[in-house]
Amino acid sequence: MTEIFGIPTAALFGQLLIGLINGSFYALLSLGLAVIFGLLNIINFTHGAQYMLGAFCAYLLLTKAGLGYWWALLIAPIVVGVFGMLIERTMLKQLYKLDHLYGLLLTFGLGLIIEGVFRNEFGSSGQPYPIPQLLTGGHNLGFMFLPTYRGWVIVASLIVCLGTWFIIEKTKLGAYLRAATENPQLVQAFGVNVPRMITLTYGFGVALAAFAGVMAGPIYQVSPQMGSNLIIVVFAVVVIGGMGSIMGSIVTGFALGIAEGLTKVFYPEASNTVIFIIMALVLIVKPAGLFGTQK
Amino acid sequence: MFATRKLTAAVALAFVAGAAQAQVSDGVVKIGVLNDMSSLYADIAGPGSVIAARMALEDFMKTSKSKLKVEIISADHQNKPDVGSSIARQWYDVDKVDMIADVPTSSVALAISQVTKDKGKAFVASGPATSDLTGKACSPNTVHWTYDTWMLANGTGSAIVKTGGKSWFFLTSDYAFGHALERDTEAVVLKNGGKVLGKVRHPLNAQDFSSFLLQAQASKAQVIGLANAGGDTINSIKQAAEFGIVKGGQSLAGMLVFISDIHGLGLNTAQGLIFTETFYWDLNDQTRAWTKRFVAQSNGKYPTMVQAGVYSGVLHYLKAVEAGKTDDGTKVVAQMKKMPTDDPLFGKGSIRADGRKMHNAYLVEVKKPNESKGPYDYYKVRATIPADQAFRPEKDGGCSLVK
Repeated sequence: MTEIFGIPTAALFGQLLIGLINGSFYALLSLGLAVIFGLLNIINFTHGAQYMLGAFCAYLLLTKAGLGYWWALLIAPIVVGVFGMLIERTMLKQLYKLDHLYGLLLTFGLGLIIEGVFRNEFGSSGQPYPIPQLLTGGHNLGFMFLPTYRGWVIVASLIVCLGTWFIIEKTKLGAYLRAATENPQLVQAFGVNVPRMITLTYGFGVALAAFAGVMAGPIYQVSPQMGSNLIIVVFAVVVIGGMGSIMGSIVTGFALGIAEGLTKVFYPEASNTVIFIIMALVLIVKPAGLFGTQK
Repeated sequence: MFATRKLTAAVALAFVAGAAQAQVSDGVVKIGVLNDMSSLYADIAGPGSVIAARMALEDFMKTSKSKLKVEIISADHQNKPDVGSSIARQWYDVDKVDMIADVPTSSVALAISQVTKDKGKAFVASGPATSDLTGKACSPNTVHWTYDTWMLANGTGSAIVKTGGKSWFFLTSDYAFGHALERDTEAVVLKNGGKVLGKVRHPLNAQDFSSFLLQAQASKAQVIGLANAGGDTINSIKQAAEFGIVKGGQSLAGMLVFISDIHGLGLNTAQGLIFTETFYWDLNDQTRAWTKRFVAQSNGKYPTMVQAGVYSGVLHYLKAVEAGKTDDGTKVVAQMKKMPTDDPLFGKGSIRADGRKMHNAYLVEVKKPNESKGPYDYYKVRATIPADQAFRPEKDGGCSLVK
């Protein structure tokens, strides 16, 4: 068997694929953050809690209403998205004129409260969520055993990420959105309802987090702290990609998933720090991030 | 005028109280429950341990009719040794805490044990696992109550090797606890004629284990030993099922599993797992009655062995304070070792010179979904391991207190 640095190539391929799967979650979550930051200038620290809410929404739909995974994939993002819009309308709206720090503090506090409420109710061990019938089992790819569900995660995440990128960068709606962030007064003068557009955008970003949460349910435990475990890494992804850059967050999400996966083979002990090392290096060389532009 | 009289009365009263409890510092015995309140070990210990400590106080007051004034406080150490030891210092120096209870997360517990020794206070450790607490890091101020890595390795490890699981691969949590559990289990595996094919160390609270599981799968070991705990164990077991590891012929050995983990996994995924515990709520009438009281206060969650250990440890500590008429840490711990232990959860037992609390351990197997008759009806007790076989012989630990 051929080897690279003492690791059989077959094992290496397996790890690359695993990295890609984890990267899918990073990409989905950092995409939502990038959309919200790029268009609202809010550093949304509630994102982790909203991801957790998505997973819990799916869990509650299953246990209380008997609605399975596919319904949850549709309903959870809508429910959590509406909840997000409520937050935007009642609280975040007051902060747009203030320094970023205020938005950060508010969303961070909200995240802690939501997490605390769920921990009190459901405990920290989390709740099990089964893999949907259609996606159980797996395939032997020769170099590794790929569970069908993990394959689905990559595909679904790629579709959603590229779809979002397309809407924002290539359609008329996206053009309005981008224009509204550059110069809200002018866009409003053209008869576009800017505040409503901003609310919907925040709702969309939050819905992306909830979508990722539903996707994560069958893999991890549906637990209150599932979001806070991930959010710091995801923020590092956004910073490396360039704050607010849509494509940057997608590409960086997948790339860092792979970098982390490889670290788990060569030096597992460093696997939860490697992303921050990369972040430090990138910030030294390109302070605005890989895909960001200096304003 | 009235105010002055009231003040005089209060001062006089204070003198009376002071005389009655000459040796209890500042008149109050203060117990601090320190554990993980918010992360992956919060269901194992967390707020449930505080409930258990309060129940111990309640039962102590009811049976002893003691005049002691006891206060219980709690805090979250976030599984970080630096956070834990700074809380401990503040508790001992400023808040007049006399004893710290629980402290899951071995790395934090080792730090607290040292701080407690430096300050001459008492530490009743129910949560931590590392057998070093009664080995090379033993202390005259620490009692290690509920379980330890040697006991887990010996109970679970030898049972599995004897039924044919000869080759092992370890998935180890990368800190003091995981290292101790891996070390103690490896020793048991080798002693019983097995071999260790490899190991991988993952960060605490790792979430995704697929990468590590693939390495374990590639090793072709018969048994994958999980030297981790709480949320890490749950996710390892869940993801191992996803990657078809058990179907592929390898088996999982959860070296440290709690009832809260089984509850989180669900019996469908957890059935058939074999591991060692020192407490199960459904052991006898006394444990069932106690559990009923506990569940009424815990939002329906059943007690883990760590929480049961906090009850038992706090109860014995209070008895020792009462008997020795002092809350001086070093003296109370000496008194605790002198007195036999007895409580409804662990039965009769004792504490050795090295600080090891001695009681039976149970090898349990998780029931199939159709065998479970009610909430938390999860275990079949396969064997009872008597205390003197369950824990490491005193002479083998290398504790300096053992002469």
